[in-house]
Order: sequence, then C-alpha cells, then structure tokens
Amino acid sequence: MATHSKNHYFVPHGSLYPSVLSAGILLLATGFIFSVAMDRSKDLAYLQTPGKWMMYFGTAVILWMVFKWMGAVISESLSGKYKNWEDKSFRFGMIVFICSEVAFFAAFFGALFYMRVLSVPELASYAPDITPYKDFLGTWPSTGPGGNVLGAEYVPPANFKPMHWMGLPLVNTIILLTSGATITWAHWGLIKNNRKQLVVGMALTVALGIAFLACQALEYHEAYTEMGLTLGSGAYGATFFMLTGFHGFHVTLGTIMLIVILLRCMKGHFTPEHHFGFEGVAWYWHFVDVVWLGLFIFVYWL
Amino acid sequence: MSTVTVAHHEEHHDHPTGIMRWLTTTNHKDIGTMYLTFSLIMFLVGGSMILGIRAELFKPGLQLMNPDFFNQLIGIHALIMIFAALMPAATGFANWMIPLQIGAPDMALPRLNNWGFWLLPPAAILLTLPFTLALFGIGDGALATGWTFYPPLSLQGGIGVDFAIFSVHLLGISSVMGSINIIVTLFNMRAPGMTLMKMPMFAWGWLITAFLLVATIPVLAGAVTMLLTDRHFGTHFFDAAGGGDPILFQHLFWFFGHPEVYILLLPVWGFIPQILQTFSRKPMYGYKAQVYSLWAIGALSVVVWAHHFFTAGMPVPALLYFMYSTMAISLPLAVLFFCWIKTMWRGSMSFETPMLFAVGWIILFGIGGLTGLVLADVAADAQYHNSYFVVAHFHYTLFAGGIMGIMAGVYYWLPKMTGHMYSEKLGKLHFWLTAISFNLTFIPQFFLGLAGMPRRIPDYALQFAEFNMISSIAAFVLGLSQLLFVYNIVSCIKGGKKATDKVWEGAEGLEWTLSSPPPYHSFTDQPVVK
Ligand code: HEM
Ligand SMILES: [Cu+2]
Repeated sequence: MATHSKNHYFVPHGSLYPSVLSAGILLLATGFIFSVAMDRSKDLAYLQTPGKWMMYFGTAVILWMVFKWMGAVISESLSGKYKNWEDKSFRFGMIVFICSEVAFFAAFFGALFYMRVLSVPELASYAPDITPYKDFLGTWPSTGPGGNVLGAEYVPPANFKPMHWMGLPLVNTIILLTSGATITWAHWGLIKNNRKQLVVGMALTVALGIAFLACQALEYHEAYTEMGLTLGSGAYGATFFMLTGFHGFHVTLGTIMLIVILLRCMKGHFTPEHHFGFEGVAWYWHFVDVVWLGLFIFVYWL
Repeated sequence: MSTVTVAHHEEHHDHPTGIMRWLTTTNHKDIGTMYLTFSLIMFLVGGSMILGIRAELFKPGLQLMNPDFFNQLIGIHALIMIFAALMPAATGFANWMIPLQIGAPDMALPRLNNWGFWLLPPAAILLTLPFTLALFGIGDGALATGWTFYPPLSLQGGIGVDFAIFSVHLLGISSVMGSINIIVTLFNMRAPGMTLMKMPMFAWGWLITAFLLVATIPVLAGAVTMLLTDRHFGTHFFDAAGGGDPILFQHLFWFFGHPEVYILLLPVWGFIPQILQTFSRKPMYGYKAQVYSLWAIGALSVVVWAHHFFTAGMPVPALLYFMYSTMAISLPLAVLFFCWIKTMWRGSMSFETPMLFAVGWIILFGIGGLTGLVLADVAADAQYHNSYFVVAHFHYTLFAGGIMGIMAGVYYWLPKMTGHMYSEKLGKLHFWLTAISFNLTFIPQFFLGLAGMPRRIPDYALQFAEFNMISSIAAFVLGLSQLLFVYNIVSCIKGGKKATDKVWEGAEGLEWTLSSPPPYHSFTDQPVVK
C-alpha cells in the first residue's frame, strides 16, 4: 500500500463528560425508583425524600454535563476543527438519531391503533355473563369499564369529554407549521449571509415554539380540571397523554436547542458554508413538526 | 489541525493514565477493550446465577431457594447474558476491528463512543442492585418475570421491575448510540477505494445489526415506558379494565425481541466466514450471496414477531402468516450455511482454536436453527411453547450461535489485539470441554421439553429427574471450563510468544497489515484500497 490519502480526521481529547453524565443518569433513575417505591409497598415510604434529592442531584449533574459537553463541541467547531469530513459524520449521525426517535413514537402510535381497533372493541363484544367488564362501552374514546370490576369500583367522570380537534389543537397545528416555515426562511437568510433575516427568523421560530408549549399547557389544564380527561381515563387518556406528552417533551427540548442556536446566530457562529449545528436542530424541529401532524390526525381528529 | 502530520490527534501530548485513561478515552481500541472486558465479567456473573438455578434443579423438590428468588435469578441471568454479555462483546469487536478493517483513523464519533460504553456499568448496577437492597430489607429483590417483562406479573412486581425497566432504558440508549456510531463510521470513514461491496463481511453484519437496533430498540423503550406508567401513573395500556391488553405488550416486546435475536447473531455471521476463509486458505465463497442473505434476514426479522406467542390467541390467518414468514427466514439462512461450507470445501484447512470454534459453531448453530423451524410450526408449538424444548432451542442459537461464535472471534483476534499468541493447547482444551459439556447440558433439555417439562419452574415431576441431573452436572462442567478461557486470555495479555503482523498464514484484510498490537492511533493516514 504505497499510496495514502491526505485526509485527516479530528479525534477529540479524552473527555470526562460522558462518564459523569452516565453517573448523573444512574442517580436520576435510582432516585426516581426510590421516590415511587411506596406505590408498591407502604413500608418504603421513607425512601421518598432521599429519592427526590437523588433525582434533583442527578438532574443537576446531567444538565451540567450536557452544558459542558455541548460547550466543548461549540468551541471545537469555532476553532475550525470540523472540516467537511467531520461535518458529514454529524449529518449522518443526526439522521440516524432522528430515525430512532421515529421508532420510539411508532411504539405509541402502535399502541393507539391496537387498542382502538382491536382490544377496546373486543372487550366490549363479550357476552355479559363471561366478562368481568360488564359496562364496557366499545366506542372511542373509551374511558374504561365503569361499574364494579373484580371488586373495584370504576366511576368514569360525569363531565368526561374527549379533546376536540377544533380550538387549541388546530391553533397548535398552525403554530407548528408556521414555525417550520420561519426556520426555513431563517435558513435561507443564513445561506444568503443575511444575518438579520436569520436572526429574525430564528427568533420567530423560538417564539412560536414557546407559544405552542403554552397552548399545550392550557390544554392539559382544561383536560384535567374541566373535562375529566386524565392519564387514567382508560385507553383514550393513556394514549392521548403519552403521545402528546412525549411530543411536548420533544418540543421543549427542541425549543431549548433553538434558543441556543438563536444565541449562536446572534454571535455570528455560522457561515453560509459551515453550519451543521443550525441544520441539525432544524431537522429535529421538522421531525417534531411531522410527529405533530400524525398526532393531529390520529389522536385529535379521526 | 494545523499541520498534516500525525500530531493531528489532540491527545498525543497528554495521555492520561490509570483509571482516568479508561474513564475519558476516545480511542476506539481502548473503548473496544472496555466493552470486551465488561462483557467477559458479566458473562461470568450471569453464568454463576444460572449455576444456582441448575443446582436447584439438580433434583426434584425445593432445596436451595424459594420460587420467587429462582425466578429472579432466571430473569436477571437472561437480561445479563443478552444485553450485558453478548451485545457488548459484539460492540467491543466492532470498536476494535471495524476501524482496522476499513482503514479508518478511529470511530466517527469518538466521544459519543465513550458514552455508549459508560452507560453500561450503570445499567448493570441497576439490574443487580435490587438483590443487594433486598439484603438490607429494601424491596423484595429483582425482577421476577423472566427477561420478557410480561404483564400482568410485571405490573404487580416490586421495585425490582422498576430497576429493570430503567436498566433496559440505559442499555437501549447505549445500543442506539453505538449503532449511530457504527453506521456513520461505515458510511463515512471507509478508506478511499473501499466500496460498500468490498467491505469485510463483519462490517456488513454490523451495518445491518445497527439498522435493526435503531429500528427496534426504541420500540422496546416505548413498551417498558408504558409498563412504568401503568405501574405508577395510572395508565391502562396493559390492563383490560381500561381497554388495554396484556397481549399488546407481547406484540411490542417481540417486535423488538425477534429482531434482537438477529442483532445478537449478525455480527457473528460477519466474522465467522472470515475465520473460515483464513483457515481454509481460500477466498470466501459467495460474498454477494451472503450480503444479500444478511439483508433478507434483517428485513424478514421485523415481520415475524408473533411466533413467540402463537398460543396467546390470534386469528387463524395471523397464525398462518406468522408461521410461513418465520419459516421463510430459513431460506436465506440456508444460503448462508451453504456459503460457509463451500468456503471450506477443498481448502487446505488447519484447525487452530478459532477454526475449531467456527466449525463447531456451524454444526451447533445449525441444530438451533432447525429446532426453530419445529417451533415455528403452529401446531407443534402449541405443545412445545414454554417448555424446555424452547430453552434448549435458544441456547443452541444463543450460547452456541452467539457466545461460542464470539469465542471463535476472541481466539482469532486476541494475538492481533495483545501482540502475543495464546496457548493453543489450552485453547483446544477449552473448545472440547465447552462443546461437549454444552451438548450434555442442552440435549437433555430437548428431551425434557418433548416430555412436557415447563420452563421457569423450580420444581418438577419425578419422571424428569435423570435428564435434569445430567444437565446440571454438565452445566457445572461448562461453567468451570470458562475459567480456562479467562486464564488463557489473561495469560495471553500478560505475555507469550510474539505474534507476527499477519498472525495467521491465510489471513486477509487491512487489520493484518498493521503491527500486533496495532499502534495506539491506527491509520492516521488512510490506506488506499485498490
Ligand atoms: C430459522 C431460524 C429460527 C426459527 C424458525 C425460530 C423460531 C422460534 C420460535 C417459533 C420460537 C418461540 C417458541 C415458543 O416460545 O414457543 C423461538 C424462541 C426463541 N428463539 Fe428462535 N428461531 C430461529 C432462530 C433463532 C435464532 C438465530 C436465535 C438467537 C440468536 C433464536 C432465539 C430464540 C430465543 C431467545 C427464543 C426464546 C425467547 C423466550 O421465550 O424467552 N432463535 N424461536
Ligand atoms: Cu423469534
């Protein structure tokens, strides 16, 4: 092998951030388990307080490490360590990561379809003399059986109604779709080296992200206080809150990342040729957008 | 990156030493070594747990432990073996060998790589901590549902279930991070001239594995998250009282679980042909056919999951579909077997330890695959499901097909990694002890299953006593033989005959062009492949 290519790839310093991050995660998980241990056995109630403290501490460690780690990445990027070759790695990596997120949401959509199409109608179809769930209504949204089931009394809330797609959900759809447009507009600004368009576009996107979260908070508040719709409201409540909840969590992460990118745009970190940080977050934001469309159609509308 | 010289790697000036080296390293070989060491340790931990089980099953009646503890040992044994022994071993080889095989300077995302490994020890702590906590009167021990987490049992269990749920989360994140890294490395770091269709087979096996991991691990994460909210936040995913269904969990779990068995094996199917080729001293037969078969198996593996619960109740068309699609997997698998055998055909073969393991592996894994076909038959499975027949089947695929494959890889690459030859005599002894005691452990379990002994039960009817006794004795021999493996590895690391760069006469590929052991930074200049 006489010939060698003249490429060089950047391999970063050894770093303590990943392992400390994992220690933080261990603390958070163990703390969480301790804090809910009393659900199973009242003798373990004394674990709740230490558990909570472990969670706080673990979260602090995690946030600190993510901050330091991302900080290191930014300064490496600014000092010109990432050339096209490294950039390509980040791009591939981000795409694969988003694919794994899609698979995560797919599990919850799968659960929604399964319950709606298979298990709820089936439970309702049994003859009353062979099923313990006698008052089970096979209609969607299903809040559960009602009546006495195996000794436990189930009382569906009197004022229960499902979330209608008109109103807040529709507003939120418009908000997210608009934010998809504003971030693309900001990207055009970046490519044309128009700093003002870039910063304004990003600021708008951040504002829309925050508006979305505010609307969702309002929606959850209404659900719990006025509509009798909770996590425990049968198949409907479980899928509704888990799907929209995990989505909302991703929007929150996305908004935080957008804010970081906005600050970096203002500082002039990105050039028209070299701005993976921006694009990665933009891709993430579009992904969150698409998941919302799925939610809007299958959770709220149909 | 100021100059084009080797001083390009930052850490050149300051290598941390001692524990800090391992905590902070971004070097693919260091990380690979940590994965492999972790895997070996957890293999021994999981192995000693199951020896407890075999001791209890030595004769009928309950003698050593209560049934609940028995179940805990079984579940944690399986989780450890799958997630903490087999998977990290494959990832360890990926870290060590993929950059060497494709001529890359390192893995594409080195810091992420470090995190991928350092998620594993916390996960192992979460899995085993409940045993320790129980000693202090906190909770009632580990997960007792078996590795499959089926509700309603997992909804009723104590804090051990929560610990296992979070452990699976960490293991899952680790696998996804590892997969991202491997996919990116394979697409972006190949030496100039190495097209995809020139990649070593091991790289192919891992590429498809990584895709499967990215597609299915998150589904498992979703499923155990639903378990967690069902347990603590009042949702009804798996509770019929609210319109949910315990069988929904089985669908979600096995949507991950079946691809998982290929995740465990595809890397092995990658390097076994390389070993066969080396010790037959002739080119690999049917490279393209093998690549396409790996793809076909990967694709089919995500559409056959329900064969794990034929008996749970399913419409007949669904039964038929899952039966035929499962059986269809054996077609590409047969292509692979054919290629493996044809690679050896009329070669000038020699039988060093890696080759012994590889040839033994073909036979034993073949038995695993054939008994899988028996189980894929809906009518037969109605009887064999949840019996010891299933246990024997998946040990032929996972212990023989997985672990013994990994052992072949260890002996094959150990001289490259350490720079020393291992003791061939001990290696061969280790092979024969393992192969014989493995068969003596699990062949009786086929008969036990056919005769109707259920799995995951601490006590059994008198008629099963003889086979269980044979199986238990052989299991202890199998377990103790692994100490020889450990001894052989440790003494090979410490010293021994110097290994040449090529190590094996018939070895081919870029990893054999480097010194043994390779320099800390391999291929800072990428070779050009013709
Ligand atoms: C053609 C090949 C194969 C076929 C047709 C097949 C079929 C099956 C079927 C139908 C079952 C369910 C049995 C039951 O629970 O009643 C099963 C169980 C199992 N198989 Fe396979 N299998 C094959 C190959 C493999 C391979 C390659 C692996 C692992 C690397 C594997 C690992 C397992 C495991 C772990 C279980 C038991 C899971 C549990 O219940 O805990 N199988 N197999
Ligand atoms: Cu399967």
